[in-house]
Amino acid sequence: MNLTIDIIISGLINGSTYALLAIGFSLIFGVARIVNIAHTAFYMLAAYCIYVVTQKMGLNSVWAMLAAIVLVTLLGMITYKFLINPIREHESAVLIATIALAIIFQEILLNVFTGTYLSVPALIDGYFTILGVKVFYQQLLTFCAALLIMGLLWALLGKTRMGLAIRSTAQDREVANLMGINEARVAMMTMGISVGLAALTGAVVVPLTIVEPHMWLSPLIMMMAVVVLGGLGSLKGSFIGAYILGFAEALVVFLAPMGAFLKGSVALTVMILVLLLRPEGLFGVYFEEER
Amino acid sequence: MELILFYLRKLFTIFKNEVIVLPSRVVVVLFFLFVLLLPVFTKDQYILRIFTLTGIFAILAASWDLLSGYTGQLNFGHALFFGVGAYGAALLNLHLHIPPWGSIPLGALCAVLAGLIIGIPCLRLKGTYLALTTLAFPIILIGLVFAFSSFTGGELGISGISKLTQARITDYYVVSVLLLGLGAIMWKITDSNIGIIFHAIREDEVAVRASGVNTTRYKLLAFCLSGFFAGIAGGLYAHFMRIAGPSTLEVSLSFQVVIWAIFGGIVTIYGPIGAVFLLFPLLELVSFWQEYRTLTFAFMVLLILLYMPDGLFRWLRDRIEKECPRCKVRNVATRNTCRVCTAPLD
Repeated sequence: MNLTIDIIISGLINGSTYALLAIGFSLIFGVARIVNIAHTAFYMLAAYCIYVVTQKMGLNSVWAMLAAIVLVTLLGMITYKFLINPIREHESAVLIATIALAIIFQEILLNVFTGTYLSVPALIDGYFTILGVKVFYQQLLTFCAALLIMGLLWALLGKTRMGLAIRSTAQDREVANLMGINEARVAMMTMGISVGLAALTGAVVVPLTIVEPHMWLSPLIMMMAVVVLGGLGSLKGSFIGAYILGFAEALVVFLAPMGAFLKGSVALTVMILVLLLRPEGLFGVYFEEER
Repeated sequence: MELILFYLRKLFTIFKNEVIVLPSRVVVVLFFLFVLLLPVFTKDQYILRIFTLTGIFAILAASWDLLSGYTGQLNFGHALFFGVGAYGAALLNLHLHIPPWGSIPLGALCAVLAGLIIGIPCLRLKGTYLALTTLAFPIILIGLVFAFSSFTGGELGISGISKLTQARITDYYVVSVLLLGLGAIMWKITDSNIGIIFHAIREDEVAVRASGVNTTRYKLLAFCLSGFFAGIAGGLYAHFMRIAGPSTLEVSLSFQVVIWAIFGGIVTIYGPIGAVFLLFPLLELVSFWQEYRTLTFAFMVLLILLYMPDGLFRWLRDRIEKECPRCKVRNVATRNTCRVCTAPLD
């Protein structure tokens, strides 16, 4: 029984993290066809930003979160403007540029903070017990924040004019442009939202993880698996795919022997099995081939 | 005697009329000479070691180009072939005592098998889906390596395999002759009919299928060929370093290969090889700024991409050579008329 609750909690937390990351990644891919490998590097930057503000400057965690989100979003938009936008037409060049960007962030952090493992205190201390299992308030908070953010994003995309512009650009760039939507500005905004989501994820998840300069790699792989599983560009797919893989990972960690080593393998195998049955992912639509 | 003289004269004519006229061909000849004559100038063990590794990685980068550059099937998990080649060669050598000249090709065949296994499901995917899915395979394998550590050595890898050859200088020659040979073979493949179909698949797969070509078969062929060459690189690496560890399967190696290839210019074969020969020794030999090495490397790649998105060597080649508008033959940029059809060059 305890094991079941452990699995559920761990699955929900993992799933929410992956969902937040994958939605941001999926959004910018859908709108601007940018595969942003540096997405989780922005997540890492937010985590470090919070570490600096709370531990080095001694300010409150709430300020730290705000600062992290604003700064990282700005940085994301600047890099989009000066690095990604000029080479957007070359798909492979964008891939390499974002990989290089992620490596640059990693190296800068490695030089500034060295490779030591850092940690950040929880926003709220303490825990409560359900059926004899400790649930930390921070875990509950992370989960609730993730749900809240996803709700807000859904409202933004579904109910506002800007959301409409983003969705129509994602469906067809040229027609959206003909309808009077400033495509370049929408792409810029989407990049901001996407990086902002990554920063937010970093901000709510950071107390539960270890902060170190290579922390971007493992969520990157899981995030990509989620996005491919759910279908590229589909937000609903990313959401559901994230929980599928989050629970798959939790089940393996708690049930299989040597699970910690195999968790990535099993989650990725799940992804490949689904792709064999549905090559476009669970909820993906094949984009009209752009010839 | 007559015959030898005839061939010598023919060789000289080819050299005079086909090689000297184009700077890029002269550079290729100089590159061959450089690779073959390097040990004459330096006997330094460290430099030879670095250039041996450079040769191994150049084979790897060129094999990525053969698959992803030519057919456009972006493979982000190229380390899989390298790692399977390395582990295959190491296990065969350790348990069955097969010497390196046998274990490396057999390891490469294991990599071909891996290419088939991942190729068959992956060929239903396109573009970014394919890129992100192929990224997963080496990570799955790395998980298995850690989980069955009694067989694969886990984190430490498999050590104690036999040396490639007895001396460093012969190691160097084995690798560099293989590099030049395999590079030439790859270039020849891409220049043949198969290569033309690869090009066509990248440009417009639907049209190729409409002309009656079984594109799936050709894409699978590309996976196998690329897997074979990358597997040879992996086997060479395992025998040269005398260890096959999980670092041969890491994501960063896959990324590194892609960076080399795109830095040098994809769809060229010579681009990735040149890029590895430029970047790898540079990063190893530059001893100052040790801690900022990767950082400067990443910045350099970023700048190159911003100003020459087609890759460095393509860009350089376009600076020193012009294509004749009428007969599509390449000419030195200093000429005013085409060397074949005398049409004026712009």
